[in-house]
Amino acid sequence: MRITEQEVLHVAHLARLSIGGEEAARFRRELGSILEYMDMLSEVDTSGVEPFVCVHEQASATRDDEPAETLPLRLVLAQSPAAGHGAFEVPLVIEEG
Amino acid sequence: MRGIEAVIGLEVHAQLKTKTKMFCGCPNSFGQELNTFTCPVCLGLPGALPVLNAKAVELAVRLGLALNCRVHERSLFARKNYFYPDLPKGYQITQYDSPLCTGGYLDVEAGGETRRIGIRRIHLEEDAGRSLHDEACKRTRIDFNRSGVPLVEIVTEPDISSPEEASAFLKELRSILLHLRVSEGTMEEGTFRCDANVSVRMPGDSTLGVRTELKNMNSFKNVRRALAYEISRQASLLASSRPVVQETLLWSASARRTVPMRSKEESHDYRYFPEPDLPPLLVDRMLIDRVRASMPELPSERRRRFMRQYGLSDYDASQVIATPELADYFEECCSLVDAPTDIAHWITTELVRVMGESGDTPLTTRVRPSMLTALVSLVKAGRLSGLMAKEVLGRMSKTGEDPAAAMEDLGVEQMGDEDEIRAAVRGVIDAHPDEARRYREGKTQLAGFFVGEVMKVTSGRADPKLAIRIVREILDS
Repeated sequence: MRITEQEVLHVAHLARLSIGGEEAARFRRELGSILEYMDMLSEVDTSGVEPFVCVHEQASATRDDEPAETLPLRLVLAQSPAAGHGAFEVPLVIEEG
Repeated sequence: MRGIEAVIGLEVHAQLKTKTKMFCGCPNSFGQELNTFTCPVCLGLPGALPVLNAKAVELAVRLGLALNCRVHERSLFARKNYFYPDLPKGYQITQYDSPLCTGGYLDVEAGGETRRIGIRRIHLEEDAGRSLHDEACKRTRIDFNRSGVPLVEIVTEPDISSPEEASAFLKELRSILLHLRVSEGTMEEGTFRCDANVSVRMPGDSTLGVRTELKNMNSFKNVRRALAYEISRQASLLASSRPVVQETLLWSASARRTVPMRSKEESHDYRYFPEPDLPPLLVDRMLIDRVRASMPELPSERRRRFMRQYGLSDYDASQVIATPELADYFEECCSLVDAPTDIAHWITTELVRVMGESGDTPLTTRVRPSMLTALVSLVKAGRLSGLMAKEVLGRMSKTGEDPAAAMEDLGVEQMGDEDEIRAAVRGVIDAHPDEARRYREGKTQLAGFFVGEVMKVTSGRADPKLAIRIVREILDS
């Protein structure tokens, strides 16, 4: 197998997905076969080939530093399941000691 | 702990002074109503696409050249993935294995010697939102006005060997950011933030010890204290053969110690990958040459020039170049009146004080350069004592009056009339026969005492130079 159940749980945790033991086993099987399929790419000799990151290499893609319109606050806060005091609200984050 | 070497590397984040954010046209501004400078891009709404701010690139190139870096004509943006409430997209756009600038250095003076600190890289990235913790309500509020604000991250080589050196590096770097007009660089407001990697080893050891990462040091003083604390903590572990654990520590300014960050477990697994929404960042030679040609004078150069051209001491020159605006103010004064050391003195002590009181900067203070030089000239001409001039300056700062008008309002003018001062001196000598006798017996340093008394009885209006001459004349005769 290309991936362990431990790795599946690790990735699930990083993505904040909670999955049960049965699901973990199924994902291990399914992700494993996808990874094995992708492994076919390793059969190609790519030494000396630059990693390809973008089709439009030469596209000029900057903008001038000029202010544009912002969203009305009412609309902004409507995106949030919980808002108060003009801000998005979440349960108290206690990370910082 | 004697005989133990500290190895320190710094990571500095500085907000760039642009009008708008990194990838959208929302204003890059502070102290505004929460969440009013947001749009689909910086809120991370589905389908919104980033477009890079050209000014942010230019500012980062300027900094890279000032720090002697190689500026790459092609660099890449990457996604750094993690979950946190202030990061709406679930990833931060940054640069990872292909940064804009690499391989520079900065020369820093610390402990009387010059040390060259290597700059490993400088890259562009976006800031996250700001979290406001409300312990009472058990809520954290998020302000996305800061989300997407452009940052440069400056990473040094582990070339720093003491807290003092780290502090000197940060001060010089901050000064460069200010003088290049790249960033506001205020640590307390978080536009200039610093993390540190620290390890210790025995002298002569070529391998690095296990390092810890220090965060949450929000002033120069806290950086020095946190590093000193962490170095001695690691040194005592080493001395008792206990291992240093690789971890992230937060500096607690109130407890004056470092505490382990409540573990964001596996937080280092950021799963970086190339940002698919942005093409490679291409910076052409012409832009680099243009930025190089328009590079402002660096603070170290300006300081040396002020010493050479105006005859300032190292200390005075350093004080005058505290900000580029103050240095400009000084130079404007010097173009009006040829008294650079007096002007430097008045600027770095009294002008800075009145600006502090009124919350002004050299650009906004009501005391314009021509008004300050007029005041300095009056002092030099003996028409105002230093004490009176301070009072006059305070009034000028409040009302915007020139020195003459402020003096009239306050009813102050130096007593320049010799007969008037002579009368005051005689009165003082008569009132202190004992001191007068001792002066005549050879304790001539008592002249200062008499001048002080003369200043007292004339409410500081007597010209002290004239007063001391008359005191000597009378007592020596």
